[in-house]
Amino acid sequence: MRRAYFKFSWIAAALLAPQLLIVFVFFYWPSAQALYWAFTLEQPWGGGNTWVGFDNFRQVLSDPYYWSSVRVSVIYALATTVLAMSMALILAMFVDRQLAGYKAYRVAIIWPYAVAAPAVGLAFQFVFNPGAGLFSYINTIAPGWWDLSKYPWQAVTAIVIAGAWKQVAYSFIFFLAALQSIPRSLTEAAAMDGARPLRRMMDLQLPLLTPTFFFLLVINITDSFTDSFGIVDTLTGGGPFRATDLMVYKIYADGFRGFDYSGAAAQSIILMLLVMALTFVQFRYIERRVHYT
Amino acid sequence: MTFKLSITAFALMAAATAAHAEKTKFEYWYGLTGDLGAVVAETCSRFNASQADYEAVCVGQDGYDKAVQNTIAAFRAGKHPSLLQSFDAGTADLMLSGEFYPVTKLMADIGVTVDWADYFPGIANYYSSKSGEFFSMPWNSSTPVYYFNKDHFAKAGITEAPITWEGLEQALVALKDSGQACGLAYAPSSWIDLEQFSMVHNVPVASNNNGYDGLDTELLFNTTLHVKHMENMQRWLADGVAMMRTQAAGKTARDSFVEGECSVFFSSIADHNTVHTLTPTFAWDVQIIPTYEGVERTNSVVGGASLWVLSGKTEAEYKGAAAYLAFLATKEEQQFLLENSGYIPVTKSTYDALLAEGFYAKEPYINRDIAMKSLTWTEPTDLTRGIRLGGMIQIRAEWLAEVEAAFAGQKTMKEALDTAVSRGNEQLARFAKTYAGKSFP
Repeated sequence: MRRAYFKFSWIAAALLAPQLLIVFVFFYWPSAQALYWAFTLEQPWGGGNTWVGFDNFRQVLSDPYYWSSVRVSVIYALATTVLAMSMALILAMFVDRQLAGYKAYRVAIIWPYAVAAPAVGLAFQFVFNPGAGLFSYINTIAPGWWDLSKYPWQAVTAIVIAGAWKQVAYSFIFFLAALQSIPRSLTEAAAMDGARPLRRMMDLQLPLLTPTFFFLLVINITDSFTDSFGIVDTLTGGGPFRATDLMVYKIYADGFRGFDYSGAAAQSIILMLLVMALTFVQFRYIERRVHYT
Repeated sequence: MTFKLSITAFALMAAATAAHAEKTKFEYWYGLTGDLGAVVAETCSRFNASQADYEAVCVGQDGYDKAVQNTIAAFRAGKHPSLLQSFDAGTADLMLSGEFYPVTKLMADIGVTVDWADYFPGIANYYSSKSGEFFSMPWNSSTPVYYFNKDHFAKAGITEAPITWEGLEQALVALKDSGQACGLAYAPSSWIDLEQFSMVHNVPVASNNNGYDGLDTELLFNTTLHVKHMENMQRWLADGVAMMRTQAAGKTARDSFVEGECSVFFSSIADHNTVHTLTPTFAWDVQIIPTYEGVERTNSVVGGASLWVLSGKTEAEYKGAAAYLAFLATKEEQQFLLENSGYIPVTKSTYDALLAEGFYAKEPYINRDIAMKSLTWTEPTDLTRGIRLGGMIQIRAEWLAEVEAAFAGQKTMKEALDTAVSRGNEQLARFAKTYAGKSFP
């Protein structure tokens, strides 16, 4: 690989400074603060704190409910990512093939990404509510079968679907852009060689999509870990009996609602490490299969 | 340049002084939302119109918990309001931080006379220190009751709304026998099922007199009558005399009641006004929360919220805050709140005056003062002054999650409550460690 070297320049540094300052003030400083709090017991109204070393981490990690929260977060992240990306890919393929009405459709499908997570949760309340939602029709046939307040798997399914619905739009834009950047000549050549749409998809488009695919995988997984809060809060509130108590929701519940700043800070650090580890694994093992053109 | 700047600065200063001469502004952040939030905003404009010295800038914070969260964040940045409306569960940290101006002291320092003895003991004890000094100003106060459908009761041949749990069970069985599919619309609530239940039965929620006497407190509710009560609720649900009615399960208890689907539900007296506005098509009434037979009933305690004066504000702002608090405490303003919500009077004199005027003999207020009966049943005992626990919000959440697990058949009720207690105790230990060496004033 070719490497470029630049000489240090004060002008470049000065031009970079405002951006770096913003990054520092809004990212590194709060992270450092959280890291500090994670090793103390912080009084919410100020007034000092006590250094407790690794106690906060020990307490969190020895809690069996915390591990079930980690488990459900991983399930949620994987399930929403798979669901959202496969839906996005299928929809992008349709649009790319310019099926009837694709122009209206292309605009409409971008909208969900602009909807705030709590609003998504609320909208899906109308779908999943056992008493008044669309799913309540199931209950008229089999009374009591659909009940988010009773069955953990149903609650998890509900937040996965709501979460995936929100993510589809983002992945869709990238998939579509990537599909459209595939040179037409390639597709036409393949078509002339007798490859039908499905074959062209398998042998031509998907391999050329791998960089986009990889990028979206990393972004989607990270997003599902950190951006699921609004959906959980409005749709299930972490219930029934903690079944949808995702890590990021637990951080909110303990830190903001319960004023346990230190415990929440420790959980944030753990979440950050987990997301970093997952991203590392993806770069280490999955990126190998990606072909950049 | 410098000259221009100094002119601008001077102009700004002049403007500020002019504004200052007009009215002293102070901020008030409140948690009530919806119709009740509108009532708060209304009291602010009434206050601002009533005098020329101060201006209350009232900002709704979309919920009690958010009001406290936002105030903490603002406080740490030094931009907090003078007044905060806070709910009970949010105040243990505030009490220990000492970052507030006790209202008794504030009123004395400013020179506003308040007859503190006029407050109902069930309310006063909840919001005051051991020495009887009020931390915060009681305002929107409530206590739980149960609402019942009089038509359903008449059809089932129940002539009087029972005040014992045994009696209520008989009534629910009679309702079921009369063809009523849903008797009690049940939604587990730690405020009612645990906290107020323990108050009226004079049993402890936690050691150290429910946390008043120290921070080394442990929860005790897995050893009291509360266990039997929750087992009964479980049995009622299994027998079909009670039905789970929560938002997550599809419909809230209040909606089920108002629509006439269920005959009984438990809630705060604050809902009295709401139920009335939803205009049910049947006759309904309220009754005090029941006790078990053979137990001597004690008082229930106040719920709702109170107004805290925070530290670090100017003398002028404190004067404004004091004026606003004094304004809220007047009979007219209490009555304004009562007429526009389901809350109850906080002072004896206001209550007596309202009784004398026949306020509670008119619709829609008839029988709403049954809450007063519950609140003043006895003088508060060491166990019925209230609850003072750190991490109360998490303790409530642990209780709810465990109780729900028991209702779903994942564990027995006793196991669930044992787990809730041991997890709650971890919260209390953390809290005690965070405030090592301190105690509730």
